[in-house]
Amino acid sequence: MNQPMLEDSPYLPKWAEITRIEQLTESEKLFEMRLANGEPLGHSPGQFVELSVMGIGEAPISVSSAPTENDVFELAIRRIGNLTTAIHGSVTGDRVGIRGPFGTPFPVEEARGKDLLFVAGGIGLIPLRSFIRFVLDHRDEYGEVTVLFGARNPSERIFLDELEQWEERDDIIYLESVDKSGPGWKGNVGVITTLFSQIHVDPSRTYCIVVGPPVMYRFVILEAKARGIPDRQIFLSLERKMKCGIGKCGHCQINHLYVCQDGPVFRYTDIFDLEEAL
Amino acid sequence: MTDKIFSKEEWLGGLEALRKTYGVFVPVKDGDFHTFMPFDKGNIPDFDYQNSRLSPKSVVYPQSERLFEYTLDKADSEADIVKESPKDYSPRAVVGIRPCDVQAFQIVKRNFDNPEYRDPWWVQHFESTTLVGLGCNEPCSTCFCTEVGGGPFNQEGLDVLIFDMGETYLLRGLTDKGEALLGKITGGSPADDQALKNAEDLAASASKKITSSIPTDKLKEKVTNDLFNAPFWEEIAFACLNCGTCTFLCPTCWCFDIQDEVLGKEGDRIRNWDSCMFPLFTLHGSGHNPRDNKFQRVRQRFMHKLKYYVDKYDNGVQCSGCGRCVRYCPVNIDIREVCNLMNNY
Repeated sequence: MNQPMLEDSPYLPKWAEITRIEQLTESEKLFEMRLANGEPLGHSPGQFVELSVMGIGEAPISVSSAPTENDVFELAIRRIGNLTTAIHGSVTGDRVGIRGPFGTPFPVEEARGKDLLFVAGGIGLIPLRSFIRFVLDHRDEYGEVTVLFGARNPSERIFLDELEQWEERDDIIYLESVDKSGPGWKGNVGVITTLFSQIHVDPSRTYCIVVGPPVMYRFVILEAKARGIPDRQIFLSLERKMKCGIGKCGHCQINHLYVCQDGPVFRYTDIFDLEEAL
Repeated sequence: MTDKIFSKEEWLGGLEALRKTYGVFVPVKDGDFHTFMPFDKGNIPDFDYQNSRLSPKSVVYPQSERLFEYTLDKADSEADIVKESPKDYSPRAVVGIRPCDVQAFQIVKRNFDNPEYRDPWWVQHFESTTLVGLGCNEPCSTCFCTEVGGGPFNQEGLDVLIFDMGETYLLRGLTDKGEALLGKITGGSPADDQALKNAEDLAASASKKITSSIPTDKLKEKVTNDLFNAPFWEEIAFACLNCGTCTFLCPTCWCFDIQDEVLGKEGDRIRNWDSCMFPLFTLHGSGHNPRDNKFQRVRQRFMHKLKYYVDKYDNGVQCSGCGRCVRYCPVNIDIREVCNLMNNY
């Protein structure tokens, strides 16, 4: 009847402790966590984990911290469904389950020595922040770095301290816009693509990394192409209801691809003609 | 390979004795249908049947299986820490399973047991199971196993094959597992040449009774996007209720969901069959659904079985021709017709 525990089972969550919680906006919180076994998460920028809140279930959440940040990692989470509502009710010291990291990373190695154009829409900044922070920690290994961030309105901007720091740095260009202005807002107003007129890129050496809501991809890709950035240097991260994380349960299938395994980060040339993808 | 002849009484007595060492699953008459159930006092095997309504896939891949358990009691130092639930991997035998359903296990095996991945539970359940197939003397009108690489007496994947010879059974041990099972059944006599010839004749005549012609030969060379954008999907899906019957009855559908269930302070993590026919299958927490329309879901099911799987494993279609989805679809959507449309598009 009994058999040895499957310690290496890809389905067995490791437990982690919430070490810090920060309210980012009305509906987003940042959770800093540490695995109980003391090991680092071992992720690459762009990967995700399956987060368990015991008694509720599991959901795929992208990792927002860079792997350079030692033994803790950060998940920034919007309160929107069952699991995310449950985790928003947790407190420092609570236990959660972690499986992963899963999926493909951003082109951290391939883009080394090249220019980077990051385009983040809304909470698309959460996974992209992992790569941005990694690049800032290895600043001399990359060329020109530009970050474009768009939010629906000023109150939905996240990581405000970091946005300010990015704006002040003279070794990166940071531009932002909101779709709709709000009280006290003096910055750009307009969809994220309106920022493209303010930037200069050298298309042959630029890698464009895009994460945002589904509708944003189509328009940002058009802008990137108009700037002459080759399709193979455009990367994007797709969102699907990923359950098992290892390409078996079928939920995240897009034609012959599994987003949890073949993605979530895709090279545009690999999916430009993939029906249902964008 | 051994061939032995048993009288039917002898074989039934042998099965009863087999229960000492195996959990024996047999087809049992259950209302108007047959279902595979454990052979015990209340469940008498009835091998005079065409096929069970539900496939026996649940013997290896339970519809719901408790994977892990944990306590939510904060007073417990182990609160929220997940532990593997005990599972039963004692030997089992599925006796009377049809060759199409055995072939279905071979199809699912490509997903759950391959060089890149071994499913921790499916593989152990499968390896502890002995498949004692019963050849089909009288295939149903909806059967098309011969069109998808199988046949009513197909031996591939079986451990033992039974030929129903009328008064007797001829049992053929095909693997070590099968021989081990037969070794536990006393009685019987070696099959002579005449019996072997009769068995082959039976198989040949059964194959001829399957008249469906479902070509699958051109599926591989088709361009995925051509099939995806073909004009027939809306029409195929028109009457679909998204009830999911096709996927739940299908012996080759393997999609699953993982859910937590809590009673008091004790929690279980459970793996359940899921269905790509349901809108919830792809619904995001945000409300966005990348497969929002019914026809997209119907298309996904057929494209997965008849194109994506074909391309990925290069080993035929993800269908064993059992015909359950054809028989039990409440609106008569017919995979044979869809396959024809796709293959000829």
